[in-house]
Amino acid sequence: MLSAEEIDNWNGGTPPAPAKLPPALLEVSGLVKHFPLKGGLFGRGQGVVRAVDGVDFTVYTGETLGIVGESGCGKSTTARLVMQLIRPDDGRIVFDGVDVGGPKLPLKGYRAQVQMVFQDSYASLNPRMTIEESIAFGPTVHGVSQSEAVARARALLDRVGLAPQRFAGRYPHELSGGQRQRVNIARALALKPRVLILDEAVSALDKSVEAQVLNLLLDLKDEYGLTYVFISHDLEVVRYMSDRVMVMYLGKVAEIGPTEQLYRASRHPYTTALLGSLLSMDPDRRTTEAPLAGDPPNPINPPPGCRFHTRCRSAEALCSEKVPGPTRIDGEAPHYAACHMADRTSGHSRAPARSPV
Amino acid sequence: MLFAPADVKVPAVPIERSPGYWSTVWRRFSRDPVAMAALAVIVLLILVAIFAPYLAPADPYRGMTLRRLRPPGTEGYPLGTDELGRDMLSRLMYGARLSLFMGVTPVFLALFIGAAIGITAGYVGGWVNTILMRTMDVFFAFPSVLLAIALSGALGAGIVNGLISLTVVFIPPIARVAESVTTSIRTRDYVEAARASGASALLIIRKHVLGNVLGPIFVYAMSLIAVSMILASGLSFLGLGVKPPEPEWGLMLNTLRTAMYTQPLLCALPGVMIFITSISFNLLTDGLRSAMDIKA
Repeated sequence: MLSAEEIDNWNGGTPPAPAKLPPALLEVSGLVKHFPLKGGLFGRGQGVVRAVDGVDFTVYTGETLGIVGESGCGKSTTARLVMQLIRPDDGRIVFDGVDVGGPKLPLKGYRAQVQMVFQDSYASLNPRMTIEESIAFGPTVHGVSQSEAVARARALLDRVGLAPQRFAGRYPHELSGGQRQRVNIARALALKPRVLILDEAVSALDKSVEAQVLNLLLDLKDEYGLTYVFISHDLEVVRYMSDRVMVMYLGKVAEIGPTEQLYRASRHPYTTALLGSLLSMDPDRRTTEAPLAGDPPNPINPPPGCRFHTRCRSAEALCSEKVPGPTRIDGEAPHYAACHMADRTSGHSRAPARSPV
Repeated sequence: MLFAPADVKVPAVPIERSPGYWSTVWRRFSRDPVAMAALAVIVLLILVAIFAPYLAPADPYRGMTLRRLRPPGTEGYPLGTDELGRDMLSRLMYGARLSLFMGVTPVFLALFIGAAIGITAGYVGGWVNTILMRTMDVFFAFPSVLLAIALSGALGAGIVNGLISLTVVFIPPIARVAESVTTSIRTRDYVEAARASGASALLIIRKHVLGNVLGPIFVYAMSLIAVSMILASGLSFLGLGVKPPEPEWGLMLNTLRTAMYTQPLLCALPGVMIFITSISFNLLTDGLRSAMDIKA
């Protein structure tokens, strides 16, 4: 694990950019989750799936951090780890300067402040509960009286654009996908959280409904001063929503930086390939060549060195030996890429020249 | 915080409510003529059992050797008399009490215990699941009839011991169904969401798990009632359950066995009752199962 200072000094002491960022709200460092494989005698593991393998990132107050990556890169596992739905094997989560799960911030208190919206709008609502019961459940757990919780549920339904008198007494199967996802958003907001983790929250909706829900999310963010962690595989949606973007590959962070800077000048070849898969509106600029071939390697036996070197066009011998650390990219806002080509000191032939002392 | 939901005006219009799950199930169930007929038969049997003292034409215990083994249709004895000259109709009516009791009670006891074990194993998972479910698997190694006979044989004849042994027989299958249903519910996003809201495991089980698993477990338990009735009758038939002179269908079947060649119709009557009751429970269960199988 690297401290922020060490990361800043990684590529030979680039002076850190003037900090203009709001205070950090959620700091995740060294997050690791390995799922043991079933099988063998007594179900003892024969190896592990390295779902999340050392992930560090920070979410600043009031921003939206987008997380993108292929299926199986650990986006959703990261979300569930941050939400503490599964226990991390290692790593530290600090919320508002306090250790999560520590004496000052027990899990229950943390969970009132960080909430999550899941991808499957139907599976995330109890089919035997009415909409208002589902929304009111959370507040009652935290000691709000039943009548007040129901009043809050109805008010939130109204806020997310569902008339309470029509929807409060309904069951989930009577609603459309978009309506259900609005209910899920209301349910997450019922605890008055400060952070909302949106795990592919709009991915299952059709485009017109998706746009409405995205705009609703933006409105709610302004209105309630929320901070979002927005997970999606849809690069355009992430660009629309996010202030900063984190790109994940095979359980590790490939690149993290301000959205526009990352989309315009990505420094990790995986990010470049991912962005290259975006379709152009211009028929003269159609994609003729697949930006990336093959599937991601098996997370049970990830390749040594840089995990991307098996598919990277610029891979050199160095890449299969040494794990690239997060390298600070010059610029105003913090922008890191875990690539030897971004690191002056790495010895990669395409690394930027060492700055003359 | 900026939140002030109480300030948002919600118009005081009455909330439209959808019919709940169980009223939907009942609506679907009531449209199934076979299931409704089975329900009617069972309700009738239960009423007869309850009101047997008022309905029975004669004392089921008083016999007379002079009128032994009269065939059904004899004047004064509509269903004939048994080997000790006791009125068959009265004995069948009184027999419904013990037979239904012996059939239903073990299943309900096993439902409580088995569901508790299965839901715990399914929700907690890990080594708790392994210990509980492998213990249950030990019981699966024995055929249920053999296990019931062995247990009541070891405990000794009698109603209570019969109930205990039948309960033990039915706990493992119910626990297994409860475990598999709970395991599938546990990973649903709404349970995750409930955990994310900070609710304790007990509250989640009570509010989110029970409502979704009790239905399937209950249906499965209902289907066991027929088996239980037959097993209980079997135990009594073998002299391990109810003891004479109590009227019980299985026991009656045994004592009338000797008259099989002289009065076959009379001899078959308790068996017919067992058959009608267990098939009614089976049809009821089928109807309930399809009524609860609501595709959203």
